[in-house]
Amino acid sequence: MNGTDVFNEILAHLKDEPVVHANGFIGRESFNVKDRKASFYMIGSMGLASSIGLGVALSQPDKKVIVMDGDGNVLMAMGTLAMIAAAAPKNLVHVVIDNEVYESTGKQRSLSSEVALEEVARATGYPRVAKVSTRDELNDAFKKFMNSEGPSFLLVKAKPEFDHGTGRVTHTPEEITDRFMEAVNR
Amino acid sequence: MLTSQLFIQELRDRGFDFFAGVPCSLLSGLISTIENIPDVKYYPGVREDACVGLCAGAYMGGKLPVLMMQNSGLGYCLNAFTSLNLIYKIPVLVIMSWRGFGGKDAPEHIIMGDINEQLLETSQMKYAELTSDNYETVLQEALNTIQNEKLPYTLLVKKGLFDERH
Repeated sequence: MNGTDVFNEILAHLKDEPVVHANGFIGRESFNVKDRKASFYMIGSMGLASSIGLGVALSQPDKKVIVMDGDGNVLMAMGTLAMIAAAAPKNLVHVVIDNEVYESTGKQRSLSSEVALEEVARATGYPRVAKVSTRDELNDAFKKFMNSEGPSFLLVKAKPEFDHGTGRVTHTPEEITDRFMEAVNR
Repeated sequence: MLTSQLFIQELRDRGFDFFAGVPCSLLSGLISTIENIPDVKYYPGVREDACVGLCAGAYMGGKLPVLMMQNSGLGYCLNAFTSLNLIYKIPVLVIMSWRGFGGKDAPEHIIMGDINEQLLETSQMKYAELTSDNYETVLQEALNTIQNEKLPYTLLVKKGLFDERH
């Protein structure tokens, strides 16, 4: 699976659940598979998708909130895993697309080929953790996590095969905030 | 001096209902006051920029967030403020202690104490010094900025303004 494959699987499971995307290619791939009002596309502030998702989950406890993160983002903000585990929002599903590189800056290697991020999440106290690498495993684990109490951490091993024909998110940051808030607070 | 109890009540009266931060001794009274209110939660953050993200998510989820931090954390927050809050129009009230003011503090606080106003200005972050005389005015200005302009607002707190429990 590459990043776009991951979004083809995950977005098919969703209706209007809030999704917070990390920066880099992650938001672009999701946007091009399916643009959603309840999708927040973070373009800067690397590392903060997880803390933003935590804030949304804590303030909207009745909605399942999904964070679509990347290995570089998680490594940059590893402490946020502790904040999520400590706050323990039952409605948070933290998905990490782990391609072991900083793909959007030229595929420089990250540390996730040597550091097991799912073990870090388990050690901080996420009650549910899984590592998957095929479509079937991804669908099974995501479905399970969407129907159980979290916070859950789903590490998806993926190939760094970004299609450079994938466009950028066309909404302005302000538009992204407005439509996300409208969808989330409905 | 402003009592922590009174100031937290003033914040709550204005609708602020989500509190997160990284502690500073100058803000210790504020944090322990919130921790003792049963129906309000305080979320300890690991680093100030993670709290910026947390507060941004809480705001988009319908809360009115307050971030408490020492000015030593401002550097960590600059990328978050400039590439998240300012361009996405996501406000937050920042209560920032002003360590190193006037060059009288431990060595690690002196430079930041000297430049934190300039850093806020350069980053186009609105701010005011909070005092026991002006809190009603600056809170109104903060609320206007947050509600009308959808931008962050920082209140700088010098040593001795709040009762410290440390």
